[in-house]
Amino acid sequence: MEIPLKTRIADWRGRLDSWAGSSMFAITLLPLALVVVIFVALCLRALPLVEQSSIPELLFGRTWSPQRGLFGFYPFVAGTFWVTAGAVLLAVPPCLLTAIYLAEYAGKAIRLAVKPLLDILAAIPSVVYGVWGMLAIVPWVQNRLIPFFSQKLGFLTILQTDNPTGFGILAGALVLAVMIAPFIISVTYEVLVTVPEGTRQAGLALGATRWQTIKSSILPITLPGIVAGIVLGASRALGETMAVLMVVGNVAKVPGSIFDPAYPLPALIANNYGEMMSIPLYDSALMGAALILLVIVLTFNIASTLILRRIMGRVRRAW
Amino acid sequence: MIKKYLQARHLEEAFIKGLMLVSFAIVAGSLGLILWTVLSKGLPSLTWQMLTQSPKGGYYLGKEGGILNAILGSLYLAGGGTLLALIFSLPMALYLETFVRNKSWGRFVRLALDVLWGIPSIVYGAFGFTLMLAVGLRASLLGGILVLALLELPIMTRAMDEVIRLMPPDLMQASFALGSTRLETALHVVIRQMLPGILTAILLAFGRGIGDAASVLFTAGYTDNMPSSLLRPVASLPLAVFFQLGTPFPEVQSRAYASALILTILVLIISLGSRFLAGHLGRNVIR
Amino acid sequence: MQAHITIRNLDAWYGKHQALKDVNLDIPRQQITVIMGPSGCGKTTLLKTLNRFFELTDGTRLAGKVLIDDEDIYSSGVDVTGIRKKAGLLAQRPFPLPMSIFDNVAYGMRIHKMHPRKQVEERVKHYLMEAGLWEEVQTRLHAPASGLSIGQQQRLCLARGLAVEPEILLGDEPTSALDPISAQHIEGRLHELKNSYTTVLVTHILRQARRLADYVVFMYMGEVVEAGPASQVFEHPEQERTRAYLAGVF
Repeated sequence: MEIPLKTRIADWRGRLDSWAGSSMFAITLLPLALVVVIFVALCLRALPLVEQSSIPELLFGRTWSPQRGLFGFYPFVAGTFWVTAGAVLLAVPPCLLTAIYLAEYAGKAIRLAVKPLLDILAAIPSVVYGVWGMLAIVPWVQNRLIPFFSQKLGFLTILQTDNPTGFGILAGALVLAVMIAPFIISVTYEVLVTVPEGTRQAGLALGATRWQTIKSSILPITLPGIVAGIVLGASRALGETMAVLMVVGNVAKVPGSIFDPAYPLPALIANNYGEMMSIPLYDSALMGAALILLVIVLTFNIASTLILRRIMGRVRRAW
Repeated sequence: MIKKYLQARHLEEAFIKGLMLVSFAIVAGSLGLILWTVLSKGLPSLTWQMLTQSPKGGYYLGKEGGILNAILGSLYLAGGGTLLALIFSLPMALYLETFVRNKSWGRFVRLALDVLWGIPSIVYGAFGFTLMLAVGLRASLLGGILVLALLELPIMTRAMDEVIRLMPPDLMQASFALGSTRLETALHVVIRQMLPGILTAILLAFGRGIGDAASVLFTAGYTDNMPSSLLRPVASLPLAVFFQLGTPFPEVQSRAYASALILTILVLIISLGSRFLAGHLGRNVIR
Repeated sequence: MQAHITIRNLDAWYGKHQALKDVNLDIPRQQITVIMGPSGCGKTTLLKTLNRFFELTDGTRLAGKVLIDDEDIYSSGVDVTGIRKKAGLLAQRPFPLPMSIFDNVAYGMRIHKMHPRKQVEERVKHYLMEAGLWEEVQTRLHAPASGLSIGQQQRLCLARGLAVEPEILLGDEPTSALDPISAQHIEGRLHELKNSYTTVLVTHILRQARRLADYVVFMYMGEVVEAGPASQVFEHPEQERTRAYLAGVF
């Protein structure tokens, strides 16, 4: 876009314009400043903890006992990983297929009908997902999935558990999968749509089926973008608090099976903020948890955003 | 002639298409299931009393009364947060399109905004809490508003930015050609042209703010009382659901379900309403 | 000579706009048929009905018959991909598939499982030679196709299209995106191949039509104004509009 050369308007309009430009510029410093300030503030709060125990001790320690001053974050990091990985594994296949269907097969009418559906799914608050999780998913896991799997596939350690309640990783992953679904579908769709029509037609003109052209021509080029989108979706899943908290069991042990309960980092922070100030170093520990979460999310975020930008450029197609 | 016959590749495609439809059904079905669950649990609890009274009959989470405190609290929290975010968002979005000189700076700011957008709300809550401790502010309406403004800022700016970027460059050129300054162009031309999109962005952020629990958890507190002052704790719908669901009293739980239902309805209205608005308000827009 | 493609009473609509009106044509076998006319006359639409690409656009409708070898390609139960194999398309802008030069040509052969593995290499060479590209790429067959110049890419698309052994070649202004030398190359190839394939070309370049056509179809505003052997239409056009077009009036 052409920006006009700095005009020197001698009257009040020019001065107003300059002033507006400068103050707006100052505002644009805000995002960067915020990122830095948040990071620094959390570091400062968490510092007392690091003065007491070393970082490897904190990150890999398995005992979490604030009363005794023991803050091992490993169970929570592991719990976060299990739930997020589970959600991604559950969400990606159906979401990819749906996005491919929308981009390559569906007619305009279907696409227009689906957009509001995805918007609504994306807008539903976390607590409502949590309520749904408690009322629908947890009982399902408890009454149907656990008995089914322990009977048929009980020999697999990943499916064994002494937690019969249904509150656990699988429930959390299921709820989380639905929560990140609209996002993954949207991003995958946008990436697919950047492929020029000519590439599709080149394959079709040779008598290939649509699916063959998708497999051979479209997916190979879009794969980096799709992966970046999935990573971005994973980073959203990492940070989800309320819905997961309500269904995941909240037990500070390193999980060994998908039916075990877990205690992801956001849940840790949310559940214990009340007692934060009463036990020494507890507040530092929770801020440290927030810091770990921030670092992981930032890494995923920045990496995938940069890749996606490069792939999609400034082209944003509408539905 | 070439009749359709059972080639392997046709079968493969048919199979994949089947999988696609199943996936699609799962996604659509989940939405239906969620809405159904919320409706079926919440509707029975939705009485007039529920909407017009605050909880009574007990020290904390009393068993009678309704959730008016949470409804109003949420509206104040999200309303205040959205307004506060708007003050910074709109100028920033306008700047990025009309004023910005250095393209790399624009890209950098957008990257920072994307990063902010991805920060989980619980981290905003923790940060907000830290800040509040440092200045001596207790859990209150004001604290909640500040944190929600933080949360909504990247969402609103990003949405506005995406809309404003679609602006036809010739329109801006026409304005400059008439001798207007950048500020005048931004205020008179860009805003009018992009008004529907800007409003949609505001509503989008508002919807996000009103539904968020993790950020207000530390910073806004919770109370059974109606919102009274900026410096006192305030109830909110998401926390109303969260706290009241965990109690063993069915009456209190039913308030939780009602809160969930109201929250969902609010969000649905905002989401669908903003689409409608975007179409309806495009009077001055040049297509 | 019996027509290869027969079109009867063909109407086509994009939404409410009728792009083809009651088209009736017999396209002769193993000759070059050129469809010419001013822009917007429907020639590309007509071409697209021949390999069933027309229906890929949303909101399109078709009525009438298109027969290839006396069988209606639009009857239900017909394998669309088989038709597209039979009628190859050379598009206006070359679109190499995102693979190596070798794989581009081999692609069609592989999906239709036309030759055993061992023969593929030999066939790829054969078609690259037919398209006049072999000499320029023989040392870098496995390099990405996107590295070729635009003229080379179009010849690659020709090789790729020939590799599925079609009977009909469709060309949608196949040289309009190319520089004059590459355009000449492609025209030369099409001319040499004419006895092996039934070729239908769309062009808006009158001189190209004159150079290549054995059979000419002149279209205007969705209708076929005149159709016949090239010598006849070019020298002694029957219709006033044809005369006007040939004189360069529009």
